[in-house]
Amino acid sequence: MNDDKKYWLDDAANVRKIIIGVVVICAGLLAADFFYDKHATFSIEGWYGFYGIYGFIVFCAIVLIGKELRKILMRDEDYYDE
Amino acid sequence: MSSFLFSPGLILIFGAALVPVLPLVLRRAYLLLLPVICFWYILGLNPGDVQTFEFMGYQLEPLRVDKLALVWGYVFSLAAFLGVLFAIHQDDRVQDVSALVYAGSGISAVFAGDLISLFVFWELTAISSVFLIWASRTEASYRAGVRYLIIQIGSGVILLAGILFWFADTGSLAFGDIGIETLAGKLIFIAFGIKCAFPLLHNWLQDSYPQATPTGTVILSAFTTKLAVYALARGYAGTEVLIYIGATMTAFPIFFAVIENNLRKVLAYSLNNQLGFMVVGIGIGTPLALDGTAAHAFCHILYKALLFMSMGAVLHRTGTTKASELGGLYKSMPFTATFCTIGAMSISAFPLFSGFVSKSMILTAAAGDGYWGVWAVLVFASAGVMEHSGIKIPYFAFFAHDSGKRPKEAPFNMLLAMGITAFLCIAIGVYPAPLYAILPYPVDFVPYTTAHVITQLQLLMFSVLAFIVLIKTGLYPEEKPSTNLDFDWLYRRLLPKFLRGSGQKIAVADQHIRSQLLLIVSRVMQTSERWSGFNGTLARSSTVGSMASYAVGLLAVFLVLYFIA
Repeated sequence: MNDDKKYWLDDAANVRKIIIGVVVICAGLLAADFFYDKHATFSIEGWYGFYGIYGFIVFCAIVLIGKELRKILMRDEDYYDE
Repeated sequence: MSSFLFSPGLILIFGAALVPVLPLVLRRAYLLLLPVICFWYILGLNPGDVQTFEFMGYQLEPLRVDKLALVWGYVFSLAAFLGVLFAIHQDDRVQDVSALVYAGSGISAVFAGDLISLFVFWELTAISSVFLIWASRTEASYRAGVRYLIIQIGSGVILLAGILFWFADTGSLAFGDIGIETLAGKLIFIAFGIKCAFPLLHNWLQDSYPQATPTGTVILSAFTTKLAVYALARGYAGTEVLIYIGATMTAFPIFFAVIENNLRKVLAYSLNNQLGFMVVGIGIGTPLALDGTAAHAFCHILYKALLFMSMGAVLHRTGTTKASELGGLYKSMPFTATFCTIGAMSISAFPLFSGFVSKSMILTAAAGDGYWGVWAVLVFASAGVMEHSGIKIPYFAFFAHDSGKRPKEAPFNMLLAMGITAFLCIAIGVYPAPLYAILPYPVDFVPYTTAHVITQLQLLMFSVLAFIVLIKTGLYPEEKPSTNLDFDWLYRRLLPKFLRGSGQKIAVADQHIRSQLLLIVSRVMQTSERWSGFNGTLARSSTVGSMASYAVGLLAVFLVLYFIA
């Protein structure tokens, strides 16, 4: 079933472009924090770049905790034998 | 209103009766027509419309229209249409009838003004929907369906018990505010909680939905749990414990979604997590929060259906939704990949997508009422949604490492259903005014403020950045074929094992008692044989003479005793 057609994402250079794009957008969003009034409900919300930093940390934490959970929870695919 | 009114779900329920006898082409047109008629009929209903009748001395109200019920009525009939369209290529009367009756009973349940009507349609959703799971026609789906049915019917039985207590306490069958103060209130709360997949009561969802047919899961995802959300909003608005139950629901399924290999099961965990946001809104109970719950239910039904459709299309074409067997499908299924990505961006609440305009209402309500801990959990959960539904689903199915699979693009009707749903997800995100107009309370909420947009984009884009970092450093866990233990382990493994173990003990004890009894019986038989059997002392045949000598002997003894005395 394999085809030899080259797709846009098959080129590593294009994947790099996407990654650079994400980094640029993130930097832009951090910079944007200087230019508007946050009218934060909680003081922590008003911290510089709070949502970006919180998002990054939480995302990594979820994945890494999940990875550890596998050690406890993961069984064979046919564990329940159905 | 003077015209004849009835519960709108009956259009689908009774309409389903014709399905088995119609030839295929006619049947397809008919299946698509019924939800349209139902939707059109609901559009004509106005708050305040009722239908009541007396039944064995009880006042029943199968139709009670207000703004809360209407939101669910609209989106349920819309979901029924999209679900039917997505499945229209197949020729399976069982699934067709099942889907119509199920959707119809869901719709009728939200318009039920009394608890008995609610109970009837509550149970009907359970019984009709199980056929969508059994329609996979595998041993695993059969077993999962039985477990599903037991738990769903169980919820109905608890509901009925609660209703009886409630009627005994209050003398009323009206379905309004209930509250958890009384025993009746607690029982009904648990019944709703089972269907709403509260923590520890949740596992039927992840167990059964991935076992249903590619099209069946799309239908299933829309009704049962959102009916429960509706029922909680009707009966338990402002019940504080719901805030904490809901927050727990948003958080813990995330971890299971991260490590799960079956992408339809990932979506089931994700569904659970989305319900959590709605439950928090009900617990807060302010007009803004309840509007947020209603709006989120509306948006969620659409984008969750869209995600299940995209995975259904993948399953239909490749026969699997296991992440470890997929990847690179965008090359041959570009439209499905695009629609899936739209669903993923909607559930992740990107600005201009539907999830953004509804979820921010709940978050704002939580923050506004000073629940900062809950708010922090909800933001945490939002990043989690981005992980499992925003990135994981589209990434591992359509991108990631190339699996070499080059399946055909999904059938046209599937693409059409996905296209319409994707359009609605974007339309609501771009122009939320019509959605806000149908919410139960007047809405004074502006989703698109600079702060909302920037902070949400920060949260999401930094999550994407984190994903890239984890993938590039090799820290992201590999997708592996596996089963992950969840609460269902308790009743699928531990309980049967315990019962089987105790069954053996009972068998041993039983055998012991039986053998003792048999021994006693055989002793009794031996003894009686010795005395009364052939040649036994008591069974010896005696002559008349010997009988007379016994009698004489006896008389002699009597005489002797007489004289002595």
